[in-house]
Amino acid sequence: MRHTICILVNDAPGVMTRVAGLFARRGYNIDTITVGKTNSRGASKIIITAIGDDKTMEQVEKQVGKLIDVISVFELKPDDSVIRELCLAKISINGRKRKEDIIKYANVYKNKIVDITPKTITLEIMGEPQKIDTFLELMSPFGILDVSRTGVTGISRESPKKS
Amino acid sequence: MVTPVMQQSRKITSKDRAIGKYVMTETLVKLGVNTLFGITGGAIIPFYDAVFDYKGRIRNILMRHEQGAVHAAEGYARVTGKPGICISTSGPGACNLVTGIADAYMDSTPIIAISGQVPTFLIGNDAFQETDMIGVTMPITKHNFQIRHVDDIAETLTRAYKISTEGRPGPVYIDVPKDIQTKTASKNSARKFAYSLHPVPQPGRQQVLDAAELIMEAERPLIISGGGVIISNASHQVRQLAETVNCPIATTLMGKGAFPETHPLSLGVLGMHGEEHANYAVINSDLLIAVGCRFSDRITGDTKSFQEGKKIIHIDIDPAEIGKNVEAEVAITGDAKQCLVQLVKAVRNAGAKRHHKHSEWNRRIKDVKAIVESHHERDIKTEGLTQIFSIQTISRMIKPKDIVATGVGQHQMFAQLYMSRTLPRTWISSGGAGTMGFGFPAAIGAKVGRPSVEVIDIDGDGSFQMTSQELAVCKEENIKVIPVIMNNQYLGMVRQWLETFNNKRYSTVHFTDNPSFEKMAEAYRLPGITVTRKSELAEAFRTAYKSGETTVIDVMVEKEKNIWPMLPAGGSLKEIIGGNVIFKQTWQDILKSRSARGLK
Repeated sequence: MRHTICILVNDAPGVMTRVAGLFARRGYNIDTITVGKTNSRGASKIIITAIGDDKTMEQVEKQVGKLIDVISVFELKPDDSVIRELCLAKISINGRKRKEDIIKYANVYKNKIVDITPKTITLEIMGEPQKIDTFLELMSPFGILDVSRTGVTGISRESPKKS
Repeated sequence: MVTPVMQQSRKITSKDRAIGKYVMTETLVKLGVNTLFGITGGAIIPFYDAVFDYKGRIRNILMRHEQGAVHAAEGYARVTGKPGICISTSGPGACNLVTGIADAYMDSTPIIAISGQVPTFLIGNDAFQETDMIGVTMPITKHNFQIRHVDDIAETLTRAYKISTEGRPGPVYIDVPKDIQTKTASKNSARKFAYSLHPVPQPGRQQVLDAAELIMEAERPLIISGGGVIISNASHQVRQLAETVNCPIATTLMGKGAFPETHPLSLGVLGMHGEEHANYAVINSDLLIAVGCRFSDRITGDTKSFQEGKKIIHIDIDPAEIGKNVEAEVAITGDAKQCLVQLVKAVRNAGAKRHHKHSEWNRRIKDVKAIVESHHERDIKTEGLTQIFSIQTISRMIKPKDIVATGVGQHQMFAQLYMSRTLPRTWISSGGAGTMGFGFPAAIGAKVGRPSVEVIDIDGDGSFQMTSQELAVCKEENIKVIPVIMNNQYLGMVRQWLETFNNKRYSTVHFTDNPSFEKMAEAYRLPGITVTRKSELAEAFRTAYKSGETTVIDVMVEKEKNIWPMLPAGGSLKEIIGGNVIFKQTWQDILKSRSARGLK
């Protein structure tokens, strides 16, 4: 099962390596990882998605929580949090009809067109990872040339719990 | 002939105190540090230049190899409870610390390793003697720091001290680039870090009550006392618990000494090469009360069968240990001493004395223990010059306060069984990492930490030769320890494995032409004694014990003796082989019974 873990860390040198290294060392697979500043000074937030059973994830949280530079760790449960990912996808266009189809689909999904060249169209897809997966599937018959995804970020719906 | 003029140390001025190297020494002194184990080198010259001016306040013990320095720091920490400090230069010097840092990490030993580093402007350039020690030590330290600004020195060292000792102790590594050591700090600018450290977990009230209830319900309880009990100085409390509940208590290798092994409730050490009665008690108990132990594979064997038919109360300061290897029915997270104080109170309130004597259970265990011990008694009389005989003999000659260190291998396991310890911090052994070469330098560190007692290093010829160069330090610094080498001219533990599980294919385990350790000692201008007969051992040890200097005793023990009992790795405790009383089976018996059950 996929879990989304929110790790609040001190903005210290190497903190990302410490967290990612611990995952690798203990054999936990990272699916996506994102990091960025927060509203509190000196603190950054790392969001990691990983696949594993509940017991493994409990161990992950505890082991990560022991790192000196980690302030708090908690899981973002799907029901109590907002999860988002950003994806840029470059699709090949071949003829007017196909271009219109792509734009039509993009509009239905409320995706933004961020670039158009004679041969390509680049879309900005934002949403939950599943939405991105679904849309990319839809685009695949047109010919996806390249995809860049940011990895998942998220936030709990209530004020953050201390772990 | 011209006599070289040696500079003398000088008085430190207030201007000096602002220079990085003096900020380091001043902060260390403020933290109560008076002993360093270390070796100088290019990138740490400035720091040692400052140490030169601290005659009488900071003693640097100039080891001969950085591995010796880090193990000595571990030995010092284990007997004093204070962090041991080891120092090295950058690159190879720092890399030589790695084994000991990993050892301290596995055994939760508070040490602070400080290394020089190439100047900040060269970092990342593959400069001479540059190694990315932050990267190298990340997985084997509780935390590590690279000091990048002279104003951060004081705060970093203070934090390192706290981190290494608070909560579950462990090693902290600090990288100090050479230019940081010589820069001058801005006035009153010791920077504070913006964030605080993790609080130590407090035992939950409800968990304590739940644990007390489980104890009241149990018919066959057993306490397992781990290294955490020694770290938290909770020997008195664990004894109160054992006596209140009136149940047997076994220790792990790391917990040896936490509970007096002469006490009627003591079962000695359990696990892979543990006492038969201790493992018998584990198998048959219905409740394990584990304090400060992490259920390593050397204790549990196969974890599934280990947990069969029993509940577990797990007390540990590290929440990540709960549920890591075994499932606990009740878990109390917190300092062992605090947890035990509350648990004893709760059990007393629940009326343990009135309801539970566990008399039937205690008798059962006591009977087995009596038979096992009669075998031990017999062995000292009937055995030739063996490790069992030698260690038992020495065990009877030393005082309770004396400290026993060990290397790693057969002799360590023999010592765990036959060297009786009754006080905490009198037994120093490399548990989790199993680091050969640990014993001798650790003994040196222990002696520096506790100069008033005798320190005996029960060692193997394999282990001893990994760090034997520290004999020079014993001579030079006049540090007296007693290395007793159980010399079987083999890497004995591996030989035993090859004999037992690998059809006696003795690949690369035989030392066919060992040096004379007596002569080796003499080369270092220290006395050495070779013991070739049973009758010579006591006299040799008495001489070494009374002597004012390190005396190496080389005991030529019987070569192919095995350490029994033994739990085949990964097997269930019921598959322990080679015992005298309960586990009389052999490896062949286990293989037969496994194949009869359709197991491989």
